Amino acid sequence: MTEDRVFFNHAVTGESHTLAEYRERGGYGALTRALTTMQPVDVENEMKASGLQGRGGAGFPVGNKWGFVNKKAPIIYLACNADEGEPGTFKDRWILEHAPHQLVEGVLLASYALGVRHAFIYIRGEFDLPLRRLQHALAEARAVGLVGERILGGAFSCDIIVHRGAGAYVCGEESSLLNSLEGRKGYPRNKPPFPAVKGLYQKPTVVNNVETLSTVPWVIANGGAKYAALGVKKNPGTRLFGVSGHVERPGLFERPTGYSLKQLITEDAGGVLGGRALKAVIPGGSSTPILTAAEVENITLDAEAMSRAGTMSGSGGVIVIAEGTCMVRLLQVLTRFYAHESCGQCSPCREGTDWMNRILERVIAGQGTAGDLDNLRAIPTGISGNTVCALGDAASMPVTSFLRKFGDEFAYYVAHGRSQNDGRLTV
Amino acid sequence: MSVHVVSVVPKRPATVAATPLDATLRAQFDALRAVYPTEATPSLVLPLLHCVQEQRGWVSEGDALMIAHYLGVPAVQVEEAASWYSMFRRAPAGRHVVKVCRNIACSLRGAESVVAHLESRLGIKVGETTADGRFTLQTVECLASCGTAPAMQVNDTYHEQLTAERIDAILGELS
Repeated sequence: MTEDRVFFNHAVTGESHTLAEYRERGGYGALTRALTTMQPVDVENEMKASGLQGRGGAGFPVGNKWGFVNKKAPIIYLACNADEGEPGTFKDRWILEHAPHQLVEGVLLASYALGVRHAFIYIRGEFDLPLRRLQHALAEARAVGLVGERILGGAFSCDIIVHRGAGAYVCGEESSLLNSLEGRKGYPRNKPPFPAVKGLYQKPTVVNNVETLSTVPWVIANGGAKYAALGVKKNPGTRLFGVSGHVERPGLFERPTGYSLKQLITEDAGGVLGGRALKAVIPGGSSTPILTAAEVENITLDAEAMSRAGTMSGSGGVIVIAEGTCMVRLLQVLTRFYAHESCGQCSPCREGTDWMNRILERVIAGQGTAGDLDNLRAIPTGISGNTVCALGDAASMPVTSFLRKFGDEFAYYVAHGRSQNDGRLTV
Repeated sequence: MSVHVVSVVPKRPATVAATPLDATLRAQFDALRAVYPTEATPSLVLPLLHCVQEQRGWVSEGDALMIAHYLGVPAVQVEEAASWYSMFRRAPAGRHVVKVCRNIACSLRGAESVVAHLESRLGIKVGETTADGRFTLQTVECLASCGTAPAMQVNDTYHEQLTAERIDAILGELS
């Protein structure tokens, strides 16, 4: 059963994050195999064959991303994105806490494939235990020659540098992450050029998410074809789905793509809290368009099915909302967040996110007008597509989808000056 | 004939002096510098700001200037980073900085009650510090504790699945 699991293939104990236990379950076998029997291009081809798509949210095919890099460049960088901050998402944190060596092995395999001498792991500044576990894992790996000069006695050398962020959601965007890694404020960059061409210090750079890189050892150990056979064909593999909000048993579940969202909520996460009816689900982190209970009924967790429903699997963070919740106040929690995290570079996002939040604050204070709701519907169209990065779109999608699907509740709030659901956010 | 040029911009006195770099910090800075490849020296801005904040609890303009001098990068770059990232404090805070997540998953599991309970227990509002300098109360965005909500962080330590009783116990253990 555990052989089709990439992550949840061992019992989590006080010791399961250590090198000894990781080796016990076959850890660093893929690295040994790659360094002794495979050329770098073989590793890249195996990733292409796996069909693995980036797990940070955008879902770009990993092998292709690696393929864009000019391997003859004198300096090539790898930056692992451990700046997990999409509300509803807590999977990378689990990997860092419970399987840090799996990430280290993945970083080494990617570095071997790409010709990287210095790899960075950009970890969000708030993470405490994940940082300590990762640093401990790296110290263990260095001590036995798995990281550093002439790894396993061969010609390949690679250092891994853990770099702490300092509290900025936008730094999870890859070009913003690179600016931050250069010691500057995290303003996203215009693309093209893409990081694979001009990235960190203008050198070719691959930016991959923690879950993505931690999947690489499994693919190299078991073969790309075997990974491609997991889940649905067009978007293969397993994913770490985090279920939060109004469920009996919130938590992280590794499931193949194409798994039923309903089953994930009602069976795996124990159903809606307090036996309430389901009202809505945000399926892939706070930025993804919300689904009504009816839409959740038959949907599966894969890119195609999500796209048909006008949303996406994003970062795998499933946020469950019970009947009786005030959608107006809930949306304002999100507009407040995006207004706070807009970096300030592009006017449409900087002004628009704040404007949407001020409108909702006014509505909640009982002073909204019908014109406010018209503006709320219109502002996202002025933001989307007019900004350097996707934060503007991320801020727009919740507003647009909440108003389209729960518009009556917003109209009620404006008409009566109070919530249809007593302003409740909890069950 | 001599020309008199009258400057309309008053000269700004150089009020900010770089903080002297003490031996402890210098040792930490040097150790970090040895980890990064030489071409990536400017990357040290954030790590060094973290070092200073860990030692002093906040980052002054003089500290930013000290880091700029040490790294040989423009002072504005360090000052900009210190002011742009939300984790860097620009003024002294309480001994224990209590940071409560106010984002969506925590809100659905009672973040507002957590904030209200802390405000009443500490006798301060969000953004304030207790008169004895022990506690500063803040709200923060998603801490990636959505599966264990509601959550807060006291200095670096995470506390999750909070209830009023748990919060009281946590506060009781802090000096």
